[in-house]
Amino acid sequence: MTIEILEPAPTVDAAATLFDPRIEGQRLMRDWYTGLGEAAARGQHVANVFVMGNAVEILRTFDFQLVFPEINSLQTGVRKASEEYLRLSEDYGMSPDVCSYVKADVGLILKEQQHPAGLIPKAHIAIASNMCSTFIKWAEIWERLLKTPTFVLDLPGQRAANWRVRPGDAQHAADSRWVEAQFRDLIQKCEKITGKRFDMDRLAEVEERVNKMVFHWNNVMALNRVCPAPYNAMLDGLTYIGIMNVYRGAPEGVEFMRKLEEQLKAKVARGEGRVAEERFRLLFSGTPCYVSMRRLVELFETWGGVFAYSDYLTFAAGGMDAGELVYDTSRPLESLAEVTALAAQRGLSNQFFAHERLAQQVRDYDVDGIVFHGIKSCRFVSSGMADTRDYLNKRLKIPSLYIESDLIDPRYWSDAQIKNRVDAFFETLHQSGGGAPLAPKTVSSTGERAA
Amino acid sequence: MKYVAGVDVGSTQTKAVIIDQNKTIVGRSLLDMETSMTTIAQDAFKAALANAKISEDQVIYIVGTGYGRYNVTFGSEQVTEISCHARGAVTLFPGTRTVIDIGGQDTKAIRVKDDGQVGDFTMNDKCAAGTGRFLGAASYALEMPLSELGPLALKSQNPVRITTTCTVFAESEIISHLAKGLLPEDVLMGVHQAITSRCVSLARRVGIESEVTFTGGVSRNVAIVKLLEESAGTKINVSPDAHFCGALGAALFSHDRAFGNQARSAAA
Repeated sequence: MTIEILEPAPTVDAAATLFDPRIEGQRLMRDWYTGLGEAAARGQHVANVFVMGNAVEILRTFDFQLVFPEINSLQTGVRKASEEYLRLSEDYGMSPDVCSYVKADVGLILKEQQHPAGLIPKAHIAIASNMCSTFIKWAEIWERLLKTPTFVLDLPGQRAANWRVRPGDAQHAADSRWVEAQFRDLIQKCEKITGKRFDMDRLAEVEERVNKMVFHWNNVMALNRVCPAPYNAMLDGLTYIGIMNVYRGAPEGVEFMRKLEEQLKAKVARGEGRVAEERFRLLFSGTPCYVSMRRLVELFETWGGVFAYSDYLTFAAGGMDAGELVYDTSRPLESLAEVTALAAQRGLSNQFFAHERLAQQVRDYDVDGIVFHGIKSCRFVSSGMADTRDYLNKRLKIPSLYIESDLIDPRYWSDAQIKNRVDAFFETLHQSGGGAPLAPKTVSSTGERAA
Repeated sequence: MKYVAGVDVGSTQTKAVIIDQNKTIVGRSLLDMETSMTTIAQDAFKAALANAKISEDQVIYIVGTGYGRYNVTFGSEQVTEISCHARGAVTLFPGTRTVIDIGGQDTKAIRVKDDGQVGDFTMNDKCAAGTGRFLGAASYALEMPLSELGPLALKSQNPVRITTTCTVFAESEIISHLAKGLLPEDVLMGVHQAITSRCVSLARRVGIESEVTFTGGVSRNVAIVKLLEESAGTKINVSPDAHFCGALGAALFSHDRAFGNQARSAAA
């Protein structure tokens, strides 16, 4: 998720005639940060939310200014400023092994909310779910240091691969009721904080916009099944997912996703790929290394390797990329609870059954190899990678590469080591018979639903 | 007569190998890293030329490998040491399916497919524990040359368990054990076991399959070879040329380029 986009954008003149997702993405994210800086002056209430399991739809109906601390932290990395924030938190006493997003955020608090992108307002409420156990601990830090009230959203897990709900599923109905009850509680709290009455119609409007965004998002993801891939999932895709999260349920988000799909479709029609000659299609599993992501992608693209897909685009979008997760706006709150429970279960189950999910994506995106990016401080994503890699190597005989660095800590990036591994990986792929341009394929869409 | 060469610029030593059209080694050299990488690469190449008693213009293709492969500025191309060690190992021992290479600050395990190509590999990350540097720390702490460490360790009757995984802390742990009066051979055996344990753990990630070939400078250490054989449960191949395996692999890739056999080529 990038704001300061990882690549330099073309000139504004060029963008005037053509939608350019990088320029538009930069503008939208700048606007968002400007909004954060102006929230206090506008008397707007502020909510801290995470990208997974966050009840954003409800918060939008109350006109909360949304703050995404994860995105703030990754932005310190993209802007090459993370080390200062990380060191501040370590000087404060945090262990180097703590999630670097958390540490950068603690550094932000210690710097009186001064972020490289501007002043980050203090929140009136924080929503933390159990989708990542760190969320709750992180929110406790806000409670302690900033006196921010926390609302913990307990989303029931579901340990089943490719979890799908069957009609009349009693467990799903119970899970949904449990989530809905928490939403009703949250609504009461929001009413108390803002002094506004909850408006069910507004919730339906927000959900309608989320439905449209998700529709376009799914199609955007599917467009990269084409060879050559029109975008790099771990560079361009990070811009897209940033807009997907920050503008979820907002009109600007719908418009961005619609234009993005149009632009990418046109690119596919022209046979235009992300790189001049796509020689290897790859899948990236794990979180990005935002502080060096552009460099990492460059190491792969030098060899004609493009990340056609990344599971990051799934779990960091809160599991909303599954086609059938559509809000029923005729019963907004119940539907929100159902979809939230399902998306969370997808997110959790996907991590638990990463081997099966990745095996499917290897086939869907017709990739030549998988790159696993392990991060010591992110156990949620990294802990099962060795098993997953082993499974895929043995079952699918698909070549894979395991590299380690960090989300935003430049001290964990070792350029020579990573380049060595990347070069050796491509030599292996080449020896395995890769290297020739792949035959063009037809576009496969995610569905026929109208946006 | 035309020749080709491989130059392996590692973290602690640079190796150069020259082979003829029949893939026979005609010259080699090994230099410690004392000057800049570019200079040492040139010096190693020149030393190999002298060893082969040939002139520079007779060498028609040079592949650089190792961490300093881009410092082989006079070379024709670069190939990673993963590909080169695998290639060298399979050439020395055609039955090789697993390659274990322990270098100065790198340990790698490579799974070789039936066709001799690299199937998978893994390397130590972010830490030099389990590499030759660990032995370097022991050598410094014991004030003993590297070549004497292995034979002395094999005399141990009661190995000491070295608990730290940090190369830097290992030195102080060794000194601490010696200060307590423990026998140097027992402390040394503990060091060797610690290295072997880390190394075998890496190898298991790619799967240990016979034949296992041990390459790199540490392959000259008899205690490590013995411990690896015990841990892996199989005999380990060690060639007298094991130290030159990366450079040999690089020379063989040069041979592909210069004399054909493109099917075995690694880099694009």
